[in-house]
Order: sequence, then C-alpha cells, then structure tokens
Amino acid sequence: MSSRDEILSRLRGAGRVPEALPDVPLFDENLPPALDQFKTALARMGGQWVDAPADGLDAWLAQRFANAKVICSAVPETAGTLQVHTVTDPRSLENVDVGIVRARFAVAETGSVWLSEAEYGVNALGYLAQHLVVLLDPAVILPNLHHAYRQAAFSQARYCALVTGPSATADIEGVLIRGAQGVRTLTVVGMRGDFLGVGGGVA
Amino acid sequence: MANDIFTDKKVDHVKGSRQFIADEPHIAFHDKRLWTLRDLRDKEAHGIAEWEQLRELASAIKSHTLTHLADYLEEFERNATANGVTVHWAKDAAEHNRIVHEILSARGVDTLVKSKSMLTEECNMRPYLQDRGMTVVETDLGERIQQLDDEPPSHIVVPAVHKLAKDVAEVFAETIGTDRSNADPHYLAEGMRQDTRPYFIKAGAGMTGCNFAVAETGTVVTCTNEGNADLSGNVPPLYIASIGIEKLIPKMEHLGVFIRMLSRSALGSPITQYTSHFRAPRAGGESHFILVDNGRSERLAMDDFWYSLKCIRCGACMNTCPVYRRSGGLSYGGVYAGPIGAIINPTFDLKKYSALPFASTLNGSCSNVCPVKINIHEQIYKWRQIVVEQGQVSFVKKESMKLAGKVLADPKRYRAWSSGAGKAMASLPRAFLYNPFNAWGKQRELPEPPGQTFHQWYAANRKPEQET
Ligand code: SF4
Repeated sequence: MSSRDEILSRLRGAGRVPEALPDVPLFDENLPPALDQFKTALARMGGQWVDAPADGLDAWLAQRFANAKVICSAVPETAGTLQVHTVTDPRSLENVDVGIVRARFAVAETGSVWLSEAEYGVNALGYLAQHLVVLLDPAVILPNLHHAYRQAAFSQARYCALVTGPSATADIEGVLIRGAQGVRTLTVVGMRGDFLGVGGGVA
Repeated sequence: MANDIFTDKKVDHVKGSRQFIADEPHIAFHDKRLWTLRDLRDKEAHGIAEWEQLRELASAIKSHTLTHLADYLEEFERNATANGVTVHWAKDAAEHNRIVHEILSARGVDTLVKSKSMLTEECNMRPYLQDRGMTVVETDLGERIQQLDDEPPSHIVVPAVHKLAKDVAEVFAETIGTDRSNADPHYLAEGMRQDTRPYFIKAGAGMTGCNFAVAETGTVVTCTNEGNADLSGNVPPLYIASIGIEKLIPKMEHLGVFIRMLSRSALGSPITQYTSHFRAPRAGGESHFILVDNGRSERLAMDDFWYSLKCIRCGACMNTCPVYRRSGGLSYGGVYAGPIGAIINPTFDLKKYSALPFASTLNGSCSNVCPVKINIHEQIYKWRQIVVEQGQVSFVKKESMKLAGKVLADPKRYRAWSSGAGKAMASLPRAFLYNPFNAWGKQRELPEPPGQTFHQWYAANRKPEQET
C-alpha cells in the first residue's frame, strides 16, 4: 500500500465520530471607522501612514529616500529607476532600495495590506527591497479578517500575502527590531487610484 | 542533553531543569520574558468582545476537520494538484526526509534556505540533508541562533528565548564573525541579516512549514514576522512546504477565526507581519507540498489525546506555565516543550517521555489560554495515570505517590500529618512537594505553616456534630 493510502486508511479507521462544522459570523457590528482603525493598527505594527503627497509621488520619493539608487516600481504612478515588468529573475532584485506597489485592498482591524503576484509583478520585490512603499485607496479598506477572507482574490492568486508593517523580530532578549530579513520600513500612501496590474515579468 | 532528542534515552526533566536553574540571570529573564508575552496575550484577548466565541469556533472547526480528515486531505491534494503543485505523502520522518532529498538532488540543488518549521525539527531533517552534502540555512533569527549553537529550539515560537544577548554574541562571534564584545540585539540581528541575505540569492530551493492548509483551495498558509518565509518561498526557483496533516482546515473563510487568534495568543500582536498564502507555483517556478503523518494518525485514534491535534502551535500554554517558565524548554528533551510537549511527546515515545506529564502543577492555566480550547491539563493528568499504570514511574516517585495517596485518602492520617503543622510540614509536604520530580518546587518555599489547621480551628470554634 502507498503511504498515501496507508495514512488515509489509518485516519478513516481512527474511530472518530464526525462532528459538525459551525458557521462563522462576520463579527462586523459596532466597528470603528475603517480608515482610522487601519492607521492605528498599521502604526502599532511599525508601518507608517502618509497622506497623498501634495506635490506628487516622485517628489515625495526623492525627499523620503534621498539616498536610494534603485527604486523599483510596479505602479503606473511612478517610473522609479527600474520597472518591475522588465525583471525576469527575482534574484536580480537584490539591490533594490525601494519597491513601490499598490495594494488591492486592506484590513482595518490589523492594519494589513493585501498583495499578490499581480500587485508585486515579481513577488520578491516585497521582500528583497530594503524599503517598501504601498499605495492604497482609502476606499478599499475592509473592516476585519472575516470580510477579507471572503474575497475571491484569495482563491485566484497563486501567491498572496497580508502584509502588516515591515519585517520584524524580537528573538534576542525580546528587543523589538524592525527590519529583520525582509523590508526595513513599510510606508502606506493613501492615494486614490485603481489597481491596474503590472503584467509581464516573472510573477 | 539537547542532543538526546533523537535518541531513546529517557528524558530527565528534573536534571535538565536543574542545569537551567543553576544560572540566576537566565532563569529570571526567561520567566519575565515569557510572562510578558502572556500579559500581552491577555490584553489582546480582552480587547476582542467575541474572543471566547472565537475559541469555541476554532475548537469546533478543528473537531470537524479532524473527524473528516481523510476527506479534507483528499480535497486538498486534488486542488493543489490542479493548481500545478506536486503533492507528496510521508508516513513518517524518514520518508519525509527522503522525499525532500530526492526533490533537491534530482534538480542538483545543494543549498536550501528554510523558514522555521517544527515539523522539520520533528523529522530531524537538517542533519539528514547535511549528511548528504547539502547546505541547510535556517533563516528565522531565533532558529538560526539555535542552529549555529547546535541546539534544538527551546520554544516553538521564540526558539532562542532561553539565551541572553551575550550568549548570542558568543555564538555569532564563533560562527558568523560578529564582534564578541558587542551584545546589542540590533547589532546582532543586523549581523545575521547580512550573513543570511546572500544565501537567499544563492539557494536553489526554499522551504517553509505550514500553519494552515486550506482544503478548498489547496493553499498553504504561513504566519511569520521576519520576512524569511516569503523570501524562501519567492526568491529561489523551487519551493517546498512541509505540512503536518493536522494543519488542514476546510475553507478560506475559516482562516479568519484562526489568524485573528494565532499571533494574539503567541506574541500579543493582532497579526504577524506576514500572513502568506502559497497556492500555486510562480510562473516558471516549481512547488512541492509534503503531507506528513509521523504519528498523527495514531494520535487521532487515541480517545484521550486526539484533541491535541487541534494545536495551532501558538505557544501560549508554554508562556503561562510556571514549570516551563522556570525550567526552560531544553529540559523537556523533545521537539515540543511545555504543556503541549507534555501531551504530544509521550504519544511518540511513552517510555522516553514518562517524566513530562509530571512537569506540571495542573493549575489549568494552559487550558485557559489555549485558543483552540484543548483540555491540556486534563490530558496531562490522563498521562500520569497511564504512566503509573504502565509502570514507567521510578521507584522513588512511586513510593512518594503511594505515601501521598494513602495519606490523602485517609482523613485521620492526613490530619495526623498536618496537625502539629510545623513538624509535619517539615517532613511530609516537603518530601512530597520538593522531591526531585517537582522541578517547580526547587525555586519555591512553602508558606510558614499556620499555627492551627482549619480542622483544629473548626474543632475549637464549632462543636462538630459528628466526626467525618
Ligand atoms: S496547546 Fe493550545 S496554547 Fe498550547 S501551543 Fe497549542 S494551541 Fe497554543
């Protein structure tokens, strides 16, 4: 018998009495305003919120990341110095200083933004870059994870992540460190706009 | 002691904890750090009105899934395969390791970057691959510290929590060449980041464990903070996930319940920095999912212990446990320490782990914090009965328990022991509580004996109708 069949038959023979699957409510009564809650939760997780910059995204980027050499863009709002759709090997993103993406939606309760291969263009952009800038339309913030997990996007994406602030660790004496293995900072820019998808590249 | 995990040698929890306790700064920090996590957990739980309802739901969803596990595994396999993932089945650790090695060697991969996975620890995979010429790099900071120090993780969420920064400075100075005299956690974490990054670029394959596997979509979910799971899964061309078969849940919508509680229970944060969903390979990439039994199907057949398969590995029971906090994870001599380890490890090897069910005060705190409502302390108590029945209890323990049993079963004799309190406390309870099997007692003293027992007070103040 194959291991597969052996495991399945042992599980079926374990003698457990079937139990029912409960319904999961959405728990969406008396929720605070989504944008406010999102900002608070994001800050708690070490992310930064920025309102749409008055003099444009490029000017803001130039000021915020003055020393950045490689700015890799996956959004139509800025060209950066490198456009992600020209990238074919994720490993070549090793030297990216700043990555720029647009989130499909966000979750107020946890301060998370939702990103998949369509938003990243190349998934590694969200992790190999030193800093990540995420554009978010304030109109697409869902109240909590129950709402989020009912989005069809989860079952369509090959890979997707709820990203909540920058990478972090507290593995040495419980000291909180932002910027563990992934990005060192995460900034969410509240900017209206549609998710257009970047196309091309190795997603 | 640490390296005895994969031998048959009987674990001596007391001896192990004695080594840990010997160093005051370590135990003080350990105790405090874990209690802080427990405190943070409480604040988060209290901040959610429906917390208890979520626990009920999580427990019920797990009960349902475990009682239909074969069906959900087949559904998961079907969907993952349709998504372009290769699905493997491993009945034990040896088969798991063999599969991983075959996948890697068939593609000429010699370097594997991996995210923390208790299942691969359970399978002792790293040494297996290293013996066959592969470089395996742990990329979670705590797990990397433990790898470089040649120790297993001492906690399932914070693997190096038993070490102080100066210990890490020593380990890193020896292995990755940081400055021995600099024990600043920021400096050390940065040193590890710089050392590890090139491996992500160089590695032919990346591997992660699995927090949840969704049958409906064939998705593997990982919950991590450092970004290392997503680097492992998205940078190298080949991705492998090791999945304990108990990690199945039916649908995406059920994730909401578990994700809301996992990090809150573990670290007191509303969510991990990354909650990642691996469904299909990247365009041009390759994905393999390995479904691993390794004792789980046998545990499902154990009437008293199958609930332990609901565990989502949040570590809350460890953080709240007075014995764990004061004896350190390595003293448990198994892959899983603390209260959950005291239940799971004996299902692997009762003889080896017969001491663990006694490493508990049975205060019930573990069961109270468990997000999936596992009756941990009751299962620990069950194990004690089995251990005693099967004669796995050593002579001294047996004798002291027999004595205690006799005394506690006989009110007259109990009163004889406990009146004249000072004398009795000096003999029976000390011998009983502070015998070498109760590591917890090592660091505690009994309160001053009261001048009068309750029974004496009662006798003096009330005229008893009749002697009981
Ligand atoms: S037994 Fe419960 S509290 Fe302990 S690690 Fe598992 S889920 Fe968490």
